[in-house]
Order: sequence, then structure tokens, then C-alpha cells
Amino acid sequence: MILALNAGIASRLSLAAVVAAPPMHGQLAHLTPLDVAVIATYFAMVLFIGFYLRQASSTSEQFFLAGREMTAWIAGLSFVSANMGSLELMGWAGSAYQYGILATHWYWIGAIPAMLFLGLVMMPFYYVCKTHSVPGYLKLRFGESSRILAAFSFAIEMILMSGVNMFSMAVVMKVVLGWNITFSILMSSLAVAVYVGLGGLRSAIYNEVLQFVLIWAGALLVPILGLVEAGGWHKMVAKIASNYRGQDYVHLWRDTGHFNANPMGVHWTGIVFGLGFVISFGYWTTDFLVVQRVLAARNLRAAQMAPIIGSFFKMAVPFIVILPGLLGLVVLQNPDGTLLHLVGENHVSVLHPHSFNEVLPLMMVRYLGPGLLGLGITALMAGFMSGMAGNVSAFATVWTYDIYQPLIRKRASDSHYVAVGRWATVLGVVVSIGAAYLVMHAAGIMDYVQALFSFFIAPLLGAILLGMFWKRATAAGGFWGLLLGILSSVSLFVWVRMDPSALSMVAISPDAKSMAENLYRALWSFLISIAVTVIVSMFTQPKPIAELDGLVYGVTKLPFQEPVPWYQNQWFWAVIVVILFAGLNILFW
Amino acid sequence: MGGVGMRSLGVPGNIPIWFFVGVLLTIYGALIGGHGVYAWVTHESSVVVLANLHAAVWWGGMILILGLIYCVKFFPRQQR
Repeated sequence: MILALNAGIASRLSLAAVVAAPPMHGQLAHLTPLDVAVIATYFAMVLFIGFYLRQASSTSEQFFLAGREMTAWIAGLSFVSANMGSLELMGWAGSAYQYGILATHWYWIGAIPAMLFLGLVMMPFYYVCKTHSVPGYLKLRFGESSRILAAFSFAIEMILMSGVNMFSMAVVMKVVLGWNITFSILMSSLAVAVYVGLGGLRSAIYNEVLQFVLIWAGALLVPILGLVEAGGWHKMVAKIASNYRGQDYVHLWRDTGHFNANPMGVHWTGIVFGLGFVISFGYWTTDFLVVQRVLAARNLRAAQMAPIIGSFFKMAVPFIVILPGLLGLVVLQNPDGTLLHLVGENHVSVLHPHSFNEVLPLMMVRYLGPGLLGLGITALMAGFMSGMAGNVSAFATVWTYDIYQPLIRKRASDSHYVAVGRWATVLGVVVSIGAAYLVMHAAGIMDYVQALFSFFIAPLLGAILLGMFWKRATAAGGFWGLLLGILSSVSLFVWVRMDPSALSMVAISPDAKSMAENLYRALWSFLISIAVTVIVSMFTQPKPIAELDGLVYGVTKLPFQEPVPWYQNQWFWAVIVVILFAGLNILFW
Repeated sequence: MGGVGMRSLGVPGNIPIWFFVGVLLTIYGALIGGHGVYAWVTHESSVVVLANLHAAVWWGGMILILGLIYCVKFFPRQQR
């Protein structure tokens, strides 16, 4: 199974495995009329919200940034929801079944520190410079060429990923419910096109909050009932130890001292520096898909609080994703009462008809009766649609502001750009559908499409960090650092594909597995991006200090924030998050 | 959470998201909880594990209560 780079992009890189699953069995679940009613109600509600909000999205500020009116809670939940794809739920539940609690790293160290850093340190710069997008920040800091490079990279990535997600979700619906693939693709994509096209970011955010609630309402019951059946956490751990002797599924850090001491084949240095720093910070602080949600906050304090609020929920997600995977190790049974063993996608057969990735649907079918199953399926769909809406709304913004406006039509009325944004939404969905069918007919390209994502975020992090925190960084330095960082990442990827033995050099160990490749490739491309930016900057002319106001730490006068009671202060809640984060890591050490 | 207050219903965007959340949860709670009670009373056979816990009844009930709370708390009112 191909694993994700971080929890936020989990779905993106676990898709190939999901899609590759040949249906060796009939559909997993059968819906009752009540389940269908639950699903239909959800679709009716999201479409109604789109129509209702269409008139509240008539200006560009409203359409692309939701009028910058969102409260910290709404922005925070939307921030987390936009990256919680349904395939993340399924993919990481499968990873937990396969690798145990190690998969939790992608939710904790792979997300929480970066979310806090975004809220407390980086958000003031994004917010103060009033950019519409992350490429927009690059334009202000490094000039047009960096903006265009980042915008095209991002737009291509968004559309292709959206298509891959779309197709993968359709395959999931086919495997779980027996639905026709074209029906699933058209139904979900049209719904997203309507509500994002009409209501813009505001509609996307409203629906993401709704979808977030549904994901929890639909998925939370599974681990609760699973724990009841297993007899509680301690009995579950004992049964895992008994069923799978010699393998450790329940420790986060204890066995990461060597690559071959844990089932994932990763070393703690890769987890801490590759995942916890480069990949996580790259995704959570520079991927416009998530940053756009926070930019919609109504003031700087709300923008800073949003990721912190989101981090509480992110820390809780393993309860509905990882725990069902672990429970699957002890409660899933064959019809004859023996323990059911799920296998890798390449080993699915008549003898072993189910893959790791089916663990969550199998758990749902096990516990959820009429109505509840419909809610569980709705949770999966809601996850998919929130992720797709995130991709499409971010694409529409980047296309309009960072490609169309600078390259095609520099000066036009505000209403013109809103119209372009609406059409870009439709275009994004149509191209996504095309990408979905492309993947359907050439599943082998899935790996490459997914790898696209990993090529950009680490170099982009290097460029943004130096741009934001080093006033000596120059436009040429930023551009070449970004470009060579991307090229080095692509080169490392191609190198390992052409010569698998190169993995031992990329990950600095003969025992490294594919997961380690992702972590270390990101680390190297980040370091190359940093090094090139620094070297080129030292030989080129920096911007005058006066032009860096609002863009760079140390020369930016941050807006005065009215004092608030301690319980409304972002630093107070950040400390609580840090304590919880540390406590959880120690508890499951 | 939402910070709604008294607003004009005629202006799109003034119905808070939390009200939509409340409506959807209320519908789901009524559907799922209602069917759960019906299945319990009529001893409808079930193939799911732990059916004896009647999860649909208490889970649907909790969703219904939560939905009603949100509907009432965030009910959109005309601006005075």
C-alpha cells in the first residue's frame, strides 16, 4: 500500500491502493430505504446551502475569501474538514490495521506543531499582506516569476488530485455499495460544482463545517461499539498481542530506533524531521487548500485561533480512524468464526477477499444497522466532497488571481473576476472528471499523479520560510530555490523508480521502505531549496527594507490587537494543545 | 460559536451554519432514532453485531437532542 505523506494528504497517496483493489467479492453493504433517505437528505442540504448563498457571493472578496467574515470556529473546523477526505478515513484505518498505532504520527507530530506554527507565527504575515492566495504572497515577496511557478504547480496538482480523489471515491462506492462508477462520479462532482460555483468559498466553508459534523456523527459510533465488543482498550491490546505475536502495533515511538524494528520501516529521525517538520509544515503552512480557509477569518485573532481550534479536532481524529483499524485486528471474523485476515491489495484472492483498505467499511457493516449505515456512508461521502470542494475552490482562486489576472487580463471589473471564478469552478470540476477517467483507463499513472503533490510542498516551504523570516532573501533566490527544489524532488523520485536500490541512498539505510523514501525525499528537496535560495540571495540584490513591511518578520509592524481575557487568547490555547500533544505521545510511547 | 444575534433573514448568508447543522442533525436523529425505537418495539431482526445495545435508539436520540439544541440556539431571527 502506498502511504501518505501526512495525515492531511493521507487520502492522496493511499488512493492507488484503494483503486487497485480488484473486487473479489460482492458489494460489502446493502442500503435500506432509510439509508437512502439519509444520503438524499445530505445532498438536498448541501445543494440548498449553495443556492441560498449564491447572492452572498457577488463580489470577489465574498466569492474567493468568503467576505473575510468567518469566526475562528467556522474557519477552524473548515480548515480541518477540507483535508479530511473520505479516503483519508479509509486509507488510514487500513494503515492502522497494517502498521498499528504508528499511523497516528500522521495526525499528531505530522500535523499539530505545524498547525500551531501557522496560527501563532505565520498567520499574521499572510493576513496582514492581504493576499488572496499563497502564490500571491510569493508575488509580493519574490516577484511574478515565483508566483507563476507556484500557481501553475498548484493548479495542476489541485485538478489532478481532485480527479484522482473523485475516481477513487467512485471505486469505493462500487466496492462498498455496488454503485456504478460513472453515477458516483457525476453525482458527487455535480453537487460540488453547484454549491461551490454558486456560493464560492463561503458555500464551501459552510458545507465543510456541515460535513465535519457528519463525519463525526457517522464514524464515531464504530470505535465506541468496537471497544465494547473488544472489552475495552486493555483487552484489545492483549488480544492484538495474542493474535499477532512478535509484532508491536500499539507503541508510537518505542520501536522507531531502527528501520527494521517496526512494521513501517521508518526511523524516528525521518518521522521527526521529514514528517514532523518538512512535510507537515509544508502542507499545513503553504498548501493553499488549507490556508485559504484561515484567510477567510474575520480578523487576525480569529485567523490565529482557527488553526489552534482545528488542532484539537485533528488530535482527536485517530479515535475515528486509527482505533477502528486496530479494533479490526481483533473483532473482524470470517463466517466460521475464525479471525479474518485482511491483506495487501496485491494479495486479494478468493481465500482473502478483503484488503486493508476495507477495514473501515467492514467495521461499519459489522455494527451499523439501517439508518446508521446510511449515516456512515454519508460520512464517507461528506469527507470526499469536502476535500474536493477544497481543491476546486482553491483552484478557482489561484486560477483567477495568479494565472488569469496577471497573464490574460490584468484589468477588469470585480464582477468579471467573480464570473471567471465561477467558470473556473466548473472548469475545475470538468477537468477533474476528465482526470478521473484518465486514471480509470491508465491506473498506472496514479502513482505519478500522487507523487506530484510531494514534489511541490517541501521546496515551497523552503521558499516561504526564508521569504518570511530572512529579509536578505532575494527574488532570484526565491525563484531558483523553488525551481531547483522541485526539480531535485522529481529527480529523486525518478531515480528510485528507475533503480529501486537507490532507496537505500535516499533514505540512508538499506532497511528503509517506501514510507522512508517519501520522508527523506521531502527533507532533501527542502534542504536543496534552502541552500539554493541562500546562495543565490547572497549574490543578488535584496529588496529595500521599506518594501518588506507586511511580508517579513522583524520589519513588519503587526496590527494592534485589543487585549482579551486569558480564555480567548490564542497563546493560552496553544499551550493547552502542546500539553495534550506531549501527554498523548508519552501515553502511547 | 457562531455569533449570530439578530439579523435580517432576507440577506443571504445570515442564516448561520450552525442552524443548518441543527436542522440536519434533527432530521437524522428523528429518522435513525425513530426507526431504532420501531425496530426495538417490533423486535425487528438485525444482522449487525451488538444489536442488543440498540445503538440506533441512543445514538439517534443524542443526535436528535443535539440537533434541537442547535436549532433553537441558532434559530435565525429578524433584525430589530
